Amino acid sequence: MRFVPANILAELFDHVLGDQPSRWLHWFQSLPILKNVFYGDRLSQVWFLGLCIILSYFIQGIANYVRGIYSAKASENVAQSLRNRLMNHIVRLPYAYHVSASTGDLIKRCTSDVETVRRFLNLQLVSIYNILMMVTLAIVLMVPVSLKVTLLGMAPVPFMFIYSYFFFNKVILAFERTEKAEAQMNAVLQENLSGIRIVHAFGTQQSELDKFTKVNTGFFNAALKAIPIESLYWSGGDFFSAIQSIVIIVVCVLETYYGKLSVGDLIVLTTYSSMLLGPTRQLGRILSNAGRALVALGRINDILDTPTEKEPENAKRPPMNRDIVFDNVSFSYDNERKVLDEVSFRIQAGKTLAVLGNTGSGKSSLVHLLQRLYSPTDGKITVGGIDIQEVDSKWLRNRIGLVLQESFLFNRTIHDNISIAAPNSNKRAILRVIEDVQAKDFIENSPKGFDTLVGERGVTLSGGQKQRLSIARTLLKDSDILIFDDSLSAVDSETEAAIRSSLEKRAKEVTTIIISHRITSLMTADHIIVLQDGKIVQEGTHEQLLKQPGLYRQVYEIQIESGEEHVSH
Amino acid sequence: MSAIKFDEYEYPMQISFATWKKLFSFGRFFLKDFAVVIVFMSILALTNVFIPLMTRYAIDHFVLPRSITGLDIFIIIYGLILLFQIVSVYLFIYHASRIEYGMAYKIRQAGFERLQTLSLSFYDRVPVGYLMSRMTSDCNQLGVAFGWILVDIVWALVYLVASLVSMFMIHSKLTLQIILVLPILTVVSIYFQRKILAQQREVRKANSKASHAFNESIMGAKTIKSLVLEEETVRRFHKVSSDIRQKSIRSAKLSAIYLPVVISISSIACAFAMVKGSNQVIAGFMTVGFLNAYVNYVISMFEPIHDIAASLSELQRMQASAERIIGLINTEADIVDDPEIIQTYGDFFNPKKENWPSIRGNVDFENVTFRYKGGEKVLNNFSLHVNAGENIAIVGPTGAGKSTLVNLLCRFYEPTEGNILIDGVDYRKRSQLWLQSNLGYVLQEPHLFSGTIKENIAYVKPDATMDEIVEAAKLVNAHSFIQKLDGGYNADVGEGGGKLSTGERQLISFARAVIHNPTLLVLDEATSSVDAKTEQAIQHAIEAVLKNRTSFVIAHRLSTIRYATRIIVIDRGQVVEMGTHDELMKKQDFYWRLYTKQLIDERSKSALGTKDKE
Repeated sequence: MRFVPANILAELFDHVLGDQPSRWLHWFQSLPILKNVFYGDRLSQVWFLGLCIILSYFIQGIANYVRGIYSAKASENVAQSLRNRLMNHIVRLPYAYHVSASTGDLIKRCTSDVETVRRFLNLQLVSIYNILMMVTLAIVLMVPVSLKVTLLGMAPVPFMFIYSYFFFNKVILAFERTEKAEAQMNAVLQENLSGIRIVHAFGTQQSELDKFTKVNTGFFNAALKAIPIESLYWSGGDFFSAIQSIVIIVVCVLETYYGKLSVGDLIVLTTYSSMLLGPTRQLGRILSNAGRALVALGRINDILDTPTEKEPENAKRPPMNRDIVFDNVSFSYDNERKVLDEVSFRIQAGKTLAVLGNTGSGKSSLVHLLQRLYSPTDGKITVGGIDIQEVDSKWLRNRIGLVLQESFLFNRTIHDNISIAAPNSNKRAILRVIEDVQAKDFIENSPKGFDTLVGERGVTLSGGQKQRLSIARTLLKDSDILIFDDSLSAVDSETEAAIRSSLEKRAKEVTTIIISHRITSLMTADHIIVLQDGKIVQEGTHEQLLKQPGLYRQVYEIQIESGEEHVSH
Repeated sequence: MSAIKFDEYEYPMQISFATWKKLFSFGRFFLKDFAVVIVFMSILALTNVFIPLMTRYAIDHFVLPRSITGLDIFIIIYGLILLFQIVSVYLFIYHASRIEYGMAYKIRQAGFERLQTLSLSFYDRVPVGYLMSRMTSDCNQLGVAFGWILVDIVWALVYLVASLVSMFMIHSKLTLQIILVLPILTVVSIYFQRKILAQQREVRKANSKASHAFNESIMGAKTIKSLVLEEETVRRFHKVSSDIRQKSIRSAKLSAIYLPVVISISSIACAFAMVKGSNQVIAGFMTVGFLNAYVNYVISMFEPIHDIAASLSELQRMQASAERIIGLINTEADIVDDPEIIQTYGDFFNPKKENWPSIRGNVDFENVTFRYKGGEKVLNNFSLHVNAGENIAIVGPTGAGKSTLVNLLCRFYEPTEGNILIDGVDYRKRSQLWLQSNLGYVLQEPHLFSGTIKENIAYVKPDATMDEIVEAAKLVNAHSFIQKLDGGYNADVGEGGGKLSTGERQLISFARAVIHNPTLLVLDEATSSVDAKTEQAIQHAIEAVLKNRTSFVIAHRLSTIRYATRIIVIDRGQVVEMGTHDELMKKQDFYWRLYTKQLIDERSKSALGTKDKE
């Protein structure tokens, strides 16, 4: 129920329609400007009070509008700044953080935790303000009329507050149980859907249905247990209001009977006191949401407090087309097991280094160190004699083109994916790289060519196609050092050979590092190192390595000799 | 087959009654709740209308004449009305919540039942995530719609009618004038609610873009770093986040202006009523108490109108959820048993096992041609006779049609042309469940269900004894690793078997197939390599599993291929070579080439010690 502003009605009933002295109307009547409005008759007074009603709602409306806009603006600004800070922070966190963090949890913090904070600021904070306003208003408007009734009206407020706080916590607990049951149901559902082939293959539809019925019923039953608590919470609140309104109206009637109050007073007192409890009842919810918002904010701060990648002071930006030297480099992820153990080698500028090694031999760590995704535990890496720890990391990474083992593409068009690291490239340069990586055919065959969206909402590319695009985007940017970390594993040998020959043409000035399992990819390199358990066990050119027993020759024999036999037929 | 709409944000403009009718059919389980909600919501609305009349009575009978006669009865009546109100609040919340959760429960149950019978062609087309959100958030939202929109509409209608009746009784002539404001309020409310709904949809869209951006920058952290895309990512995200802000504020503006506008309109009507009413009071046709009640009715008139307009726009949003979930429930499976077949052999949930014929295990592909919907031919005029007990290895390059072949055998798909006979009878003349109950299937990526090892092995045969389970595990060499686990057979495998390694999961899935003791066995051999010991265990398991059954293996391991009684080499949907390993090696053709390449791969992998990547 809405209420017509009680003071206007009180003036109408007591003064205009009754015989009581005016409360505030006479003050307007005495204003010189309004002299012509009041002819001293009741009709003009009534019209004036009508205008007052419209005006009071209008002002209230403007106030509400302004409040709504500002609380939205304030909360949206906070949310936006939280989101921006999170994104800004997340991309600058050290790579090691991302490796160990749980993706789902991070995303949840960035989305639903921010939303919890935003909702609290937008909705609940305003309610606190509302409660304060109501109580102040009650005191200002009710006390002059009757202190006794005001106190009676306010009496249930603390009870309502305590009641709603404690009871609402019960409601929350009950619904947490429901949420748990719901999560169980979702888990069974998810498992069933992702294992649907098994269900079909074994004909277990019936037992799956039984399993689901159990959790679905469990969820329903948990909700059924929570429902009475919630119903009781709300109707219990109504009980307080009911007691209050009966007491107020009876006391007012008695007071008027003894001539202490008028009709208008009764309307003022009943109206305002009934408006007191509504917002108070929300307090339980507000407090518990405040708790949740604080927890959410804490989780957001956990991310923001994690230190980002450190830049060296006076970071250098030296030329990178120089010799690369690994000088006794050791590396460990956990300070226990050494992934790289005193590795030393030199690559002359413009030359090609190839790396062969078994799984877990530290090949990938080697190139991660060179891009400073991690830092060596011991020893140092220099380019042109300058320790890369002193080089600006962005400069370093910009000058080193690293094609990763797993190719991550962005949910944008093929064109945007290729030019992502070199957005100002012209069409000719782009066409050239896609020809170099043998991607022209499949791009042209995609539904919208270069403008085809990749990923979730667009086409799904095969592993080999993704790899070719991720090579293309690295080739398109201008690099001094190129690293291929097993990045052609998903394309067939013929395509790989074609890609390699076009790379050789363009990579004359560029220092290149190739990691691969395929001897054909490694054999043309100027220098080859063989890694085993973090140590260099063999190094030399293809011819040199073939002459000595070891992993290299072993792999060569398996791949090339049996292959040659095959080719000769 | 109803169309599946993938866009989450499109709201249909028209309310489709067929959809809602179907949904309401689930309501038959909650008729009592619906009745209680309607009755007590009406009572609540009536008490809301009645209370101003009580104040009016107090003013006209006690305050103005300064009397307290009858105050005791007044208190009792007033107390009773408030009691009614409290009871109604309790009951409507209770029963509306029951409807909310109950309807969601029923709809979900129906959806799940349908999902179990849909053919795999459906699952190849529709992503699991899509189905999950149909079964969770859409069902929940529809539950909310049924429970609470009903509450709002019943309250609004009863309140509107009752307050208009009261107003007419107080002063009919004045009410006839005041009532003119209703259409204005209705039009304004509907206009705003529509706009608010559309704007909220924009906000949701923008929010999902932001989640997507976070997802991308977290998943692609390494790529972002190595390509130095930090600034670019942050810059792009600033656009997304300021888009959310702008759209949210626009939405908040609409909401913030809406209430003041309707209240201002109501206040004009209220002022008008007050002026006219005062004249009536002065003239003695109306009492002060009635005037007070009357103006309060007028100022509250927008509330039911607002509720109805909001409910209507909410219904519009619900329409989208309703269509998606009903579309799912109404989806017809691509493979359905004939009514006569169901008559004889039963369906998935009511099998008539007593009528099921026994199976020997002879399989015939008779001129089978298959194409996926709208696609090219994957199998072309394929024929093959397999005797009971034969072990067939299927080899061929990617995309040759190997998976299609076993999909057809399992009747996950049916041939476009030609027939597949089991023991000489077209398998369409038997029920799907009959075939599936005689079939064992071991998948490339073994899928386990959460629960214990024991439960997973006994998945198909929940009443299996512990001895049977252990025997199955021993047969596939899984017993020794299971015993080493904490809890042994009662060890929890985690979600999707996540606590076990890929190799261990494979062994469990072999045991699961063995305990089932199927006549026909399909094995889609895993390509992922595991450590040498597990590899050996798996090899033994495969041999154990294949013994004495008709089996089809999509083979990747040379050892498995060699073990087969017959190897069929397929390429582009046709058999290109067939025979034993020795026969085919002598030919030095297709099979020989595949074999050599495979050999190189396996040997390089073992030389380089490529391990399981987990």
